[in-house]
Amino acid sequence: MIGGPPSSRPPSKRFPIPMALDTADAPSASVNLTVNGEPRALTLDVRTTLLDALRETLGLKGSKKGCDHGQCGACTVLVNGLRINACLSLAVMHDGDAVTTIEGIGTVDRLSALQRAFLDRDAFQCGYCTPGQICSATGLLDEAEKGWPSAATEDLTAAISLTDAEIRERMSGNICRCSAYPQILDAIRDVAGAAA
Amino acid sequence: MRPFSYERATSAAGAAKAAAETPAARFLAGGTNLLDLMKLEIERPERVIDVGRLPMAGVEANGDGLRIGALATASAVAADARVRRDYPVLAEALLSGASPQLRNKATTAGNLLQRTRCPYFYDAAKPCNKRQPGAGCAAIGGLNRFAAILGASEACIATHPSDLAVALSVLDASVETVRPDGTTRAIPIDDLHRLPGDAPHLETTLEAGELVTGVAIPPPPKGRQAYRKVRDRASYAAGLVAVAVAGDRIALGCVALKPWRATKAEAALAAGAAPAAAADAELAGAASAGHNTFKIALTQRLMTAALQDGKA
Repeated sequence: MIGGPPSSRPPSKRFPIPMALDTADAPSASVNLTVNGEPRALTLDVRTTLLDALRETLGLKGSKKGCDHGQCGACTVLVNGLRINACLSLAVMHDGDAVTTIEGIGTVDRLSALQRAFLDRDAFQCGYCTPGQICSATGLLDEAEKGWPSAATEDLTAAISLTDAEIRERMSGNICRCSAYPQILDAIRDVAGAAA
Repeated sequence: MRPFSYERATSAAGAAKAAAETPAARFLAGGTNLLDLMKLEIERPERVIDVGRLPMAGVEANGDGLRIGALATASAVAADARVRRDYPVLAEALLSGASPQLRNKATTAGNLLQRTRCPYFYDAAKPCNKRQPGAGCAAIGGLNRFAAILGASEACIATHPSDLAVALSVLDASVETVRPDGTTRAIPIDDLHRLPGDAPHLETTLEAGELVTGVAIPPPPKGRQAYRKVRDRASYAAGLVAVAVAGDRIALGCVALKPWRATKAEAALAAGAAPAAAADAELAGAASAGHNTFKIALTQRLMTAALQDGKA
């Protein structure tokens, strides 16, 4: 037998448990969030990003940490209805805010239209970027509904029509390393077309 | 990320006063640039003053012009009906930068005060006069295809990445601030950023603690407005060259450590020069750092194209 039961095994020196933060002298703060409709009161090291608060403190692992620098979009969540990169925001900045993660977008029993379309269109391979893609696309549909323009909008004063070029431009903040882009575009077009 | 104290400001003047008390203080608004740099420990504030909830997020009529609050997000400004109708160069510039998620968070003041994307500024293992005055510049003699072609120095060849600032330059905007003593002032946008000279760590003309509260834009100039940007990808990539045109005014982006108002090209056009000749006049003083020679020709062509579009 190698080692004892897991509970009595000392932490490995070769593979120490990774510490996200050195919390020795770091200031903390209390933060109240509404996450997927539920009020959550947290006390956090002020350095904690919104992404780490969701994943590590609240155990909502749907939002993913890809690059942790706002470049890949895997951490996309909706804050007060707007899509943002949860990795580039401190949780303390969001005291009183309403956060929606992929867990709040839909469930296995009650999929959102975009979740259904991603399944129908096979719009993923490994799936790691998918929660961010779906949260981002959810925000995209709302922004288009409000008439917000993008760099692909030819007439800035006209109503928005979600052409393929518009959808591609508006999803440029989400990277898929498996390159399922054609299917992601199909899935979003299905839902955007149904809503139009 | 290094430990820091966090506080939420309750007034703009109070925030300025607090920031002036602590040399290692930073204002936090959207956080999209500052937090990225704090993770890399390039920014190491000891005191973070969150100004994000101050009532400075509005876009309002200002006489016949417009006033944009410091905290108005890029998305909100680009979506504003008056901006889209009267200042399309501003909407186009904002929409050409970052990603939708970042634009939903990034603020007007933060956009103006964002740090350079020079890869050597981001690489803590390499010397950088911006990060550590006197350390030297690894971009000089390094892989510098993004580097400045105008206004660079022997201490720094970085560029300023803001698209917003370039559009504001051709709109003759001014940046409104409050100082630690509570007084306010307006700084013409072209006077906000400094060229590197021998002190590239000094990036703006703001005083210690001075807080940007908004941007005032005069009525739009007569004539067409346009923003053209060239980059390595079609979307969500750092710019190589950008050109803003509004009436007879021209400014360049991604070519210097500040938005580059092309006064020589404007003067040449006013004297009757053709677009290509006006671009040549501006670029007579352009210099390559080694790997960015192509940017001089690219800027010349993009300026010419933007000016010809503007005449159509």
